[in-house]
Amino acid sequence: MADQVILRNVTKRFATKTLGDIVAVDNFNLAVHEGECFSFLGPSGCGKSTTLRMIAGFEDLTEGEIELCGRLVSSSAKNLYIPPEERGLGMVFQAFAVWPHMNVFENVAFPLRIQKLGNTEIKERVNKALKHTSLTDLAETYPGDLSGGQQQRIALARAIVTNPKVMLLDEPLSNLDPKLRETMRFEIKELQREFGFTIIFVTHDQSEAMAISDRMMVCDMGKIMQIDTPENLYNKPVNRFVHNFLGESTFINVDVREGKVYPKGDGSQAIKLEIPKDAAPQMVVATRPNEIELLAATEEGFKTRIEKRIFLTDRTEYLVPVGEQLLKIQTPHRVRFAQGDACVVRFVDPMWYPMDDEEAEKERAKRQLF
Amino acid sequence: MENTNTSAANESGRKLNMDAILTAVCFVLLLIIVVIPIFMIIYNAFFSDGKFSTELFTTQMTDPKNLSAMWNTVQIAILTTIIGTIMGVFYAWLLGRSDIPAKGLMRALFNIPYMFPPFLGAMAWDLLLNGRSGYLNKWLRTTFHLTKMPFNINTVWGIVFVEVSYYFPFVFMQVVSALERMDPTLEESARIAGAKQGTVIWKITLPLMKPSISAGALLILTTSLAHFGVPSILGYAQGIYTLPTRIYAVIYNSTGSFEGIRQGAALSVMLVVVVALALILQNKILSTGSYDIIKGKSMRPTLIKLRGAKIPLLILAIFTLVLIVLVPLVMIFLISFIKAYGLPLKFENFTFAQYQKVFNMNGTVDSIKNSLILSISAGIISMFLGTLVAYVVQKIKPKGKEVLEIISVLPYSIPGTVLSIGVILAWSGAIFGITLYNTLWIILIAYIARYLSFSMKTSSAALLQVHSSLEEAARVCGASHTESLSDITLPLIRPAMVSGFFLIFLPAMREVTTSILLYGPKTMTLGVKIYSLRDAGMIPQAAALASVAIVIIIILNTIVTEITKERKGV
Repeated sequence: MADQVILRNVTKRFATKTLGDIVAVDNFNLAVHEGECFSFLGPSGCGKSTTLRMIAGFEDLTEGEIELCGRLVSSSAKNLYIPPEERGLGMVFQAFAVWPHMNVFENVAFPLRIQKLGNTEIKERVNKALKHTSLTDLAETYPGDLSGGQQQRIALARAIVTNPKVMLLDEPLSNLDPKLRETMRFEIKELQREFGFTIIFVTHDQSEAMAISDRMMVCDMGKIMQIDTPENLYNKPVNRFVHNFLGESTFINVDVREGKVYPKGDGSQAIKLEIPKDAAPQMVVATRPNEIELLAATEEGFKTRIEKRIFLTDRTEYLVPVGEQLLKIQTPHRVRFAQGDACVVRFVDPMWYPMDDEEAEKERAKRQLF
Repeated sequence: MENTNTSAANESGRKLNMDAILTAVCFVLLLIIVVIPIFMIIYNAFFSDGKFSTELFTTQMTDPKNLSAMWNTVQIAILTTIIGTIMGVFYAWLLGRSDIPAKGLMRALFNIPYMFPPFLGAMAWDLLLNGRSGYLNKWLRTTFHLTKMPFNINTVWGIVFVEVSYYFPFVFMQVVSALERMDPTLEESARIAGAKQGTVIWKITLPLMKPSISAGALLILTTSLAHFGVPSILGYAQGIYTLPTRIYAVIYNSTGSFEGIRQGAALSVMLVVVVALALILQNKILSTGSYDIIKGKSMRPTLIKLRGAKIPLLILAIFTLVLIVLVPLVMIFLISFIKAYGLPLKFENFTFAQYQKVFNMNGTVDSIKNSLILSISAGIISMFLGTLVAYVVQKIKPKGKEVLEIISVLPYSIPGTVLSIGVILAWSGAIFGITLYNTLWIILIAYIARYLSFSMKTSSAALLQVHSSLEEAARVCGASHTESLSDITLPLIRPAMVSGFFLIFLPAMREVTTSILLYGPKTMTLGVKIYSLRDAGMIPQAAALASVAIVIIIILNTIVTEITKERKGV
């Protein structure tokens, strides 16, 4: 499969009045394959939207180059910048951006009218796009009279009508209610199957990204953290941030000494764990609350007791002390313990991370301000 | 249980009483201040000695002088609207969407037309481009060896030019704020669809701005139709009349006789019909299309790079702004120092004597005093009356609240000239036999009627923000209806009342249209004094007093801005 969108050493710096230069996007390298659905995932201010806007051509880059379908569209070295209207992309925005002064048909026909196509061809292609987005009956309606979901369908129809090779979706589902979001997600995938375009999907919602993507990029504070399939990202996150961002996490700080693992600040009982080779004396053990085994006190494992039990409709949550820290465990309802009961916990293949440095947290706070 | 019920019933009984009194007071005051004057105009235009007759109206309608005045009014208003709209949209786009520098300076220049009365601008342009003696005209003729004066401001086009320079900010303000709030992805999605920058402006941005553009354009249209100052200064010498100046001339020539006022009333009906047509058009257009273009994440709109065109456009924009906004004011200052009108503007011809002369003149100091007294009292009274009307309409909601609302904003839609005639007719003995003609009171009443809607609107908006639960919470805490009103509601809307006061005080200070028909020998206002000095040919003295007025207006504006700034900070 050919690579359709390639970013090489792409960097974007903004000058701000109060905080000096901000590196919004720091040396991004990535390649999106043809026909793939690729997500940019991260919290606000992580650089995902800026990257998308550079691909679309709304922002020029500070360094590096971008290639679209084998054609260089932005390059700092060659001082090249192709404007958005000449990049041949489809794009859907968070706020729909359908034009209130045109009816549905004219909104969808706009890109074709710009290409100066003949009326019969326009009619044919618009009707096809409307059919695929279930808008045929609404062709004469004005967007102001339509619901959010319908408006987003207009935006989709307008984006597919030119048969673009690459479709950019900028948080297209964030303005819709949760139920509609699921339907639209399905419809987007259906359209992709029908028209065969490559999708770049920007979102801050990890479950949405996982459901729709073939691969995704997780970024934070202007840096790429990890690029992989949803499954690998969930199971093998490279750092604590990715672990926490992709799903419910529970972390335990541990001391490693003499081949044994102790909860931080408590040497009375060791946790039975396989220690990685490069482990430092202080580490973080990370796991998902539903992957910890919670067993009766008679079993083998780390002995402790139930501090608190919370009933969460689809599962039960237990808070269990491990040294001075509280471990979060989630089990099916059938695993029953009462508050105060003695119990045993076992970790199954947890991830090991170095301790967080405080500098990173400060940098994050600064970016939130920006 | 029973006890609480009875006390609640008592309380609501009392509340009903107070509400009824407030409502009644409201209706009576508006009847006296607004309804009777308007009724008097219609009555006098169509009734003679108690009998219905269209004779007066028909004679006036068929008088060629009046017909040409009507034609001029419409022509000037339409031209002003078209040119002002184009200019306003152009500047709005330049400041709202492009990366042109010096935006702060240009914004500051836009505020100047709001501060000064257009008739001062007309005076200045008359000094510069008068067809016979304009300074700029003379200079251009000698410099370029022309046989004739190159410009003549005393024409319909001259009037249009000066009105445009004062009214184009109406469109600018509307459009620039719409542009700034517009969701930028509406334009970006058109770029992605393959449209070039120019196509986006033409096919997307401008159509989306249409509601704001028409709102501003119609404001120019109605204001220009009713405008008195500029055509009276520039048109009089050449016999170019508009309906407002024609009404003034008819009354002025009849030296205040009843017949003259009746003719004025008939002409007023004509003017009101023209303005009403424009207002109907306004309602029609504004009710049809207003789009919701401000959703989505709040992102800074991407500014369009002007690249090579940046510097030429900047020079053009600043040059025109300085020319139409600043040059007239500077000219007035210069002329105020000249020894005699017509002398070249050279340093040896400058003197302070004109200021001395004008202040030694009878009535100059009085006129400043009168204007201050009138604008402060009109401001305070309208502030309270406007708040009262707003309270009745928003909170008491009696039957006929719509009528109340319409009556209170009606005078603002009526040209100042017409309102004056109504006030003259009403207060020359028609109401309880009271005659207020030639006193400050009659001007005060006219100001109150004219500016009432300003404070009504600001207080109304503030009252809408005060949720009824706030008053209810006070009632639950044991406060009576009156106490909750004075301890909760009034303090909460006080800032709005104060800004309502300033909204009235500032324009009343520079008012000329209504006062010029109402003043008596001892009740000249500042604007009227400047106007009549110029009318009497004492041009340097008029310029000197105008300069004083400009300084007063600048000082007052600065004080008001400072006060409102502090208020926002708290």
